[in-house]
Amino acid sequence: MAFLELREVTKRFPGVVANDRISLEIDRGEIRALVGENGAGKSTLMKVLSGLYQPDAGEIRLDGRRVVIDSPRRAIELGIGMVHQHFMLIPRFTVLENIVLGSEPARGGLLREREARRIVGELCQKYEFTLDLGARVEDLSVGAQQRVEILKVLYRGAEILILDEPTAVLAPQEVRELFVNLRHLRDQGKTIIFISHKLDEVLEIADRISVLRRGVLVGTVRREETERAALARMMVGRPVLLELEKGPYRPGEDRLVVEDLTVPGPGGRPAVRRVSLRVRAGEIYGIAGIEGNGQSELVEALSGLRRASAGRILIGGVSVTEATMRRMRPVTEGRVRRARPVAEGRVRRLRELGLAHIPEDRQRRGLILAMTVWENGVLGLHRSPSFARRGWLQVRPIKKHAQSLVREFDIRLPGLDIPVRNVSGGNQQKLILARELGREPTLIVASQPTRGLDIGATEFVRQQLLRARDRGRAVLLVSADLEEVLSLSDRVGVMYGGELVAEFRPGEVTPEEIGHYMLGGRARATEAAVGGTRGADGAGGTGGAGGGVGPAGGTGGAAGADGGVRGRGGAGEAGGTGGGMA
Amino acid sequence: MVSELLASAIRMGLPVLLAALGAVYSERSGVVNIGLEGMMITGSFWGAVGAYYAGPLAGMALAVAASVLMALVHAVVSVTFRVDQIVSGVALNILAYGAARFSSIALFQKATMSPHVQGFTPISVPGLDQVPWLKPLVTNLSPLVVVGFLLVPLSYWVIEKTVFGLRLRAVGENPLAADTLGLKVFHLRYAGVLLSGVLAGLAGAYLSVEHTGMYVEGMTQGKGYIALAAMIFGNWSPVGAMGAALLFGFAESLSFRVVESAVVPYQFIKMIPYALTLVVLAGVLKRTRPPAADGIPYEREEA
Ligand SMILES: Nc1ncnc2c1ncn2[C@@H]1O[C@H](COP(=O)(O)OP(=O)(O)O)[C@@H](O)[C@H]1O
Ligand SMILES: [Mg+2]
Repeated sequence: MAFLELREVTKRFPGVVANDRISLEIDRGEIRALVGENGAGKSTLMKVLSGLYQPDAGEIRLDGRRVVIDSPRRAIELGIGMVHQHFMLIPRFTVLENIVLGSEPARGGLLREREARRIVGELCQKYEFTLDLGARVEDLSVGAQQRVEILKVLYRGAEILILDEPTAVLAPQEVRELFVNLRHLRDQGKTIIFISHKLDEVLEIADRISVLRRGVLVGTVRREETERAALARMMVGRPVLLELEKGPYRPGEDRLVVEDLTVPGPGGRPAVRRVSLRVRAGEIYGIAGIEGNGQSELVEALSGLRRASAGRILIGGVSVTEATMRRMRPVTEGRVRRARPVAEGRVRRLRELGLAHIPEDRQRRGLILAMTVWENGVLGLHRSPSFARRGWLQVRPIKKHAQSLVREFDIRLPGLDIPVRNVSGGNQQKLILARELGREPTLIVASQPTRGLDIGATEFVRQQLLRARDRGRAVLLVSADLEEVLSLSDRVGVMYGGELVAEFRPGEVTPEEIGHYMLGGRARATEAAVGGTRGADGAGGTGGAGGGVGPAGGTGGAAGADGGVRGRGGAGEAGGTGGGMA
Repeated sequence: MVSELLASAIRMGLPVLLAALGAVYSERSGVVNIGLEGMMITGSFWGAVGAYYAGPLAGMALAVAASVLMALVHAVVSVTFRVDQIVSGVALNILAYGAARFSSIALFQKATMSPHVQGFTPISVPGLDQVPWLKPLVTNLSPLVVVGFLLVPLSYWVIEKTVFGLRLRAVGENPLAADTLGLKVFHLRYAGVLLSGVLAGLAGAYLSVEHTGMYVEGMTQGKGYIALAAMIFGNWSPVGAMGAALLFGFAESLSFRVVESAVVPYQFIKMIPYALTLVVLAGVLKRTRPPAADGIPYEREEA
């Protein structure tokens, strides 16, 4: 008999059946993966299990007994603990405080900190977790924060652990560490439900895999009896293209040049530190890194939403850094020419220079949710003579424009007159993409463009970015999804702590090595290499060629020789010396 | 002389201190309480009423009860019904002003002041009152001064060391996380707001019963707002709030002394403490850090 059993569990939301008569049997000491596209109903099912939602129908049995889980508290009493997709931690509290909060060891209302420390310390030892209990959670890496979340659940005596997309935010090393922890837990008899939509991970860690599609359980398979393509087919309901079509790499002139850019973060401390990079026509430059390492601020500076404190940004050869903004000088071979005066408004100027921005927070920055589809389709173009005459919007041409965007980008909508709020996430992103790419930009800055999209929409967005590249646009792609960065980009930079710590071409380095940079590892070389690397930068800057110098390629400075590992604190083995000679 | 100035600073700063301590409880639980001013007005009026009819202790009790009632309104409106906390607080301030005036006419036949009332018998710290230079600081004290300064370490201890304090802070930082751990978010926020009501009521009653000996309309002079500023200046901590309150008290008592020998227009002198507050706040705000969920109503996500 199964340890945990769901029978015909159904959960409806207005307009969707998120879980449609789902029946599952899970054994004690098993790692069960739950896979499915975004919106398949995985999180909903787990929220039902952990007492956050009440099912509309069906029952849950634990150890053969029927249970009603009407609150998170009840779930915990039953030994069911959930590690949420978005961490539920208090950044300012210590690790220890976060773990014991809500069931603190106490005497007479007074917190017994020593006792708490002892209990949690023993837990850490038993399950082999490394954590500094006195550290503040806000100072921890994402991987360590996740361990805190898991410990929170264990501390409360959970026998069943539910992890909702635990790897989405982790670097490859951290994923490996998490898997080690999870196997330990399983070996000690814990039951683990692991949600993901990354098939490789699931195939590595799970004993059995259950697939959800549009609220329905498609099936459950043993790990040994399946493989990637089969799982993908189950998830999507049709064969999936796992490879992307990509034309040959033919980079053109520099479209975006960033030199020694420093950007202050929300707290005033620099979030971006002396970053230099260049993106050329016909290439995708990918920025990898764990979120929160300055990528957002970099993108905000590039798109005119945040002021840089030092350094320069050139778009199409025109300096657009705030300080030089008013003069707008195109820099041509050292001589300075006056630019055509541009109307006021920083972001508008950037857009007139050919910048398209696909923002990371599409609901807040990409769209105005309360406005209709056709209104959103014209945002940013609303001043152009074809859409506005003497301050009056020309509704008919605007609607026609929206109609053509919808057709061209295969956006599925009930109509143009509905507020964007009521459009699904995938189609919202398609609308942004259509609007931004429809302007025929020269430079595209795309931030987390496929986050939260289902496989179909993800495929579409990636294909569009590649098409833009093949048509000679320059694309700067920022994504926390390493796989995405590596599969789309022609060159990749890794950001850590606000710095660009490494730069290379995909395929030149292993994911492990990239993970090493993502976690703050330096390129393996000594201080001596720094001068050399800097020198190469300088040379590259004036000569107009790309950034670093390849480990093997001693031909620094020549066009097309870029790539290779370039480290701030050093450089990849031969890269440093090669750069020095260039 | 210096210790006299200090003693006066303590007397002036005490109402700010009490109300600021209250604000610490409320804001650490995530509820901004701009209604402190109104609660102090209420406390000052009902304190005088209680003291007039039945002595200072009854004054304190009545003041606290009336102020807590207002705090309860604030909690119901802003915690349970999630009305904007600033709007609710401002409404309370306006209400308190009118209610005090109305009640004053009803009880004392005068809109703007009460008859004279008797305060507590002043106390001295035994032993220390023999030291000459300490004398102004430790003799002729209102018992409330002693209570107020004892409340500082007590509040620190409650907030930092007890389970209640940990949970209160948790709710002010991340109510959703607290909720998933089974904490009672609403109860804790109510507790924070009601405690601020208790302390603001005491602060008001101190003004009328102890400091002035009668209720006078407008006697709080915006001290509720100053208390809020003191709490921010003190970085949401009891000890910090005490420092800020003393600074304000010091500026105020200084302004009295300057008046006595004045050449500068009186109105400008009276501005000193408030201007100081502004300057200090402008300089300090960047370095302070409010509870992450301060001022944000908590709404449980449900299907
Ligand atoms: N609180 C909610 N209110 C309304 N609809 C919801 C809510 N939560 C989820 N849904 C809908 O239920 C479906 C399943 O969502 P979810 O369980 O989050 O999917 P998954 O975790 O597999 O990506 C989606 O269509 C989603 O829009
Ligand atoms: Mg989900």
